[in-house]
Amino acid sequence: MPSISMKVNGKDVKADVDPRTLLVQLLRENLRLTGTHVGCDTSQCGACVVHVNGKAVKSCTMLALSAQGADVLTIEGLAHGAQLHPMQEAFREHHGLQCGFCTPGMIMTAVDLVNRKGNNLAEHTIREELEGNICRCTGYHNIVKAIAAGAKAMGGGVSRQAAE
Amino acid sequence: MSATGIGAAVRRKEDLRFVTGKGQYTDDVNRPGQTHIYFIRSPHAHAKLKRIDTKAAAAMPGVVAVATGAEFAESKLGGLICGWTVLSKDGSPMKMAPHPALAVGKACHVGDPVAGGGAETLAQAKDAAEKVVIDYEVLPSVVDPAKAAAKGAPLIHEVAPNNTIYNWHLGDHDATAAAFKAAKHVTKLEFVNNRLVPNAMEPRAALAEYDSGNESLTLWNATQNPHVARLVISAFVGMAPENKLRVIAPDVGGGFGSKIFIYPEEVVCLWAARKINRPVKWTAERSESFISDAHGRDHVTRAEMAFDADNKITGLRVHTVANLGAYMSTFSSAVPTFLYATLLSGQYAIPHIYCEVDAVYTNTVPVDAYRGAGRPEATYVVERLVEAAAREFTIEPAELRRKNFVKSFPYQTSVASLYDAGDYNASLAKALQLHDYKGFGKRKRESEKLGKLRGIGFATYIEACGVAPSALVGQLGAGVGLWESAEVRVNPTGSVELLTGCHQHGQGHETTFAQLVAERLGISIDQVTVVHGDTDKVQFGMGTYGSRSGAVGMSAIVKALDKVEAKAKKIAAHLLEAAEGDIVFKDGRFTVAGTDKSVAWGELALAAYVAHKFPTGEIEPGLKEAAFYDPTNFTFPAGCHICEVEIDTDTGEASIVGWTAVDDFGTVINPMIVEGQVHGGVAQGVGQALLEHTVYNDNGQLVTGSYMDYAMPRADNLPSLKVDMTVTKCPSNPLGIKGCGEAGAIAAPAAVMNAITDALGTEKIDMPATPAVVWSALQKRNKSRAAAE
Repeated sequence: MPSISMKVNGKDVKADVDPRTLLVQLLRENLRLTGTHVGCDTSQCGACVVHVNGKAVKSCTMLALSAQGADVLTIEGLAHGAQLHPMQEAFREHHGLQCGFCTPGMIMTAVDLVNRKGNNLAEHTIREELEGNICRCTGYHNIVKAIAAGAKAMGGGVSRQAAE
Repeated sequence: MSATGIGAAVRRKEDLRFVTGKGQYTDDVNRPGQTHIYFIRSPHAHAKLKRIDTKAAAAMPGVVAVATGAEFAESKLGGLICGWTVLSKDGSPMKMAPHPALAVGKACHVGDPVAGGGAETLAQAKDAAEKVVIDYEVLPSVVDPAKAAAKGAPLIHEVAPNNTIYNWHLGDHDATAAAFKAAKHVTKLEFVNNRLVPNAMEPRAALAEYDSGNESLTLWNATQNPHVARLVISAFVGMAPENKLRVIAPDVGGGFGSKIFIYPEEVVCLWAARKINRPVKWTAERSESFISDAHGRDHVTRAEMAFDADNKITGLRVHTVANLGAYMSTFSSAVPTFLYATLLSGQYAIPHIYCEVDAVYTNTVPVDAYRGAGRPEATYVVERLVEAAAREFTIEPAELRRKNFVKSFPYQTSVASLYDAGDYNASLAKALQLHDYKGFGKRKRESEKLGKLRGIGFATYIEACGVAPSALVGQLGAGVGLWESAEVRVNPTGSVELLTGCHQHGQGHETTFAQLVAERLGISIDQVTVVHGDTDKVQFGMGTYGSRSGAVGMSAIVKALDKVEAKAKKIAAHLLEAAEGDIVFKDGRFTVAGTDKSVAWGELALAAYVAHKFPTGEIEPGLKEAAFYDPTNFTFPAGCHICEVEIDTDTGEASIVGWTAVDDFGTVINPMIVEGQVHGGVAQGVGQALLEHTVYNDNGQLVTGSYMDYAMPRADNLPSLKVDMTVTKCPSNPLGIKGCGEAGAIAAPAAVMNAITDALGTEKIDMPATPAVVWSALQKRNKSRAAAE
């Protein structure tokens, strides 16, 4: 079984894996970081989104071996101790989650979206950019609000309270 | 209203773990020594199982066991059941076919589990599964229910000639016929209520563990109702006595009904775990979910509505064929009958209604409750007819509705439902105003300038929720009562555990139930922990579905709190040396009326457990009370949704450009959470109306078997919604709650299709109204208009 090593949430990690192992399986099963979820088998639902070398990636569609030497950030690595990341805080503040299953992937996608498109996101931009993330519970209404607010907060701006 | 009490938009306590990835869903649970099971499923819609050879599979690396239906049958365990007996018109009971956990003799749908391979790793289990040799004799199959019920169709189950499960009816046939004879106008329509795949984002999962030292089993399961699962698996499957079987529903990632039912997979996991004496873990892959989770809806309906000269509805006649799939799932029989026909009066006073429902087996995945369960189907029938009639009369849709609304309550419908309280005019009026209905004409003309068709549609829906009064459903054939339980455990230092038989899978009970308890006891919401989802912790409960956790679950909490308050006052009377009747409990303090002698909640709690200061022969030490609440009626949330669409005539794409929802849910505990339920329900209803098409081909293959082909609503399929509420309290429960979980899914399909048919100027279009479907309808309409000129 091949060995791999990478950084996950800032810590060096080594593992021996069956070559078929997906990155999401490495995270969930070898490292017991179960915050990254598997929701589909056709790479569409986005529950598995993590950051690899600073970019959002669907970890179900990447072999663990492909992440050799990479810098991986999962939902567990976003907060600083007890201090939530502004995007996590925004999801809570704006009720951007119900069952929570799609949430880690949504948040990781959202953070990547801000990294790429900045802190002032129009509603239609957020909606279009979420094409790779499916939620069955929220109808997206509050997710869109949360991401807009989280984006502002990530820029150091004050995130507006939900009007509704 | 306090900042964290009833009516406050309190942010959720459970979110901390969900936004940090610390939730614990069933697949996140890992047990020492666990094995993984992979199910081998029939690739054929209908086939005899001639020979299953597991020798090669069993020899594969890492394999622990390979099991077939024949081996499972040797265990003499029972099969899966439908727990609600529905009778046909002639009084004969529904034809419930045997449903073994692993198919024996034949497989009846693509996805029917026929064997399971267990190994040290999932990869090894899948490798072994490929080596299982199964000799199938393919049989003719049938997926269309009309064809299945017709002469000459392949027979799926011996017990059900013509594949017919029941021929049921409700209402007065003769009086309705007379009303139609005398009618001034009849509006007739035929509809399909399209089959849906629920697709909660967390796939179903089960992990079973056997403790040979105690001869007891534990099951972690993504279920909406752990106690019901335990009861069915214990009493009907015979797996173990209830006191030797623990079922734990940890965090559950959405249910929408699909996780109510008891499925083969958890039964096989339990049986296997005990057999091999190692934990057995299973998690569905998404394409596996498509062919094993119970599907929803799948009705074909002919309906007609009779009117008098004054445009008042005098009668409604409905005939529905309901496809229940290859086996009867746990609640399947009740969905197209008691949860459907009893809502056919809608918000209207309809004096005569007659409904016939034929339920049929086909070689498809079993069909059962899915968000709304029967009520979206009823609303679709009624609201499309009313809107079509308004167009035939050329009067405003709102006007026709107002004319026919029930205006005085309680109102006994002609389909058994007794509507308790409502104000349908209020929600309609508010919705019209909020939506800017008056401005529609102008918006329509502007769309036309851009070459687009704009349409507007209404759905004034009603639902029966807060399931359900036990004796009533028992009379109708239910095998269980639908009460709920609550236990309030006060700790010596004043904090509280609230044990509930409900189970959240997105609804926020850990917050809303805590709001209720905190406000009543005058404590902080952080001092209340909600305990649920474990049969070892909560004694019994019926779970969460049918918008029941507020109306029924919270009513049980109120009863338990009443008992806590009563006992606490007895203790307070001793502490304060006053008469019990003089003790007032308010804002967390027990006070002797008219004095300033008082004791705070925390002090009282400690005193109850220290038990020094009151006669323990008369008042038991401690402070812990339980209650069971059985509702006296269903609740009847109702409201008005308005949908505005804009259709691109070149592509057929219908975009939703506006949505207004005004709902009456009675008392609202947390408006933020309630609005979230409306958003999510509307999204599912929009999915049904525009996107979600479950397609079986003539060979019984599920063509739309993954997200590659089954279109789930995404963020850019929906706009932001305008959501508001009106309130008429529910008179039948202490808090006045009606419930809100299903409303959006019930109202939305009719609202969308009424908007599209308005834009197109034709009623001839079925769901899902995909671009191809809309475009075709447009071409047909243009053709027939050209022909008419």
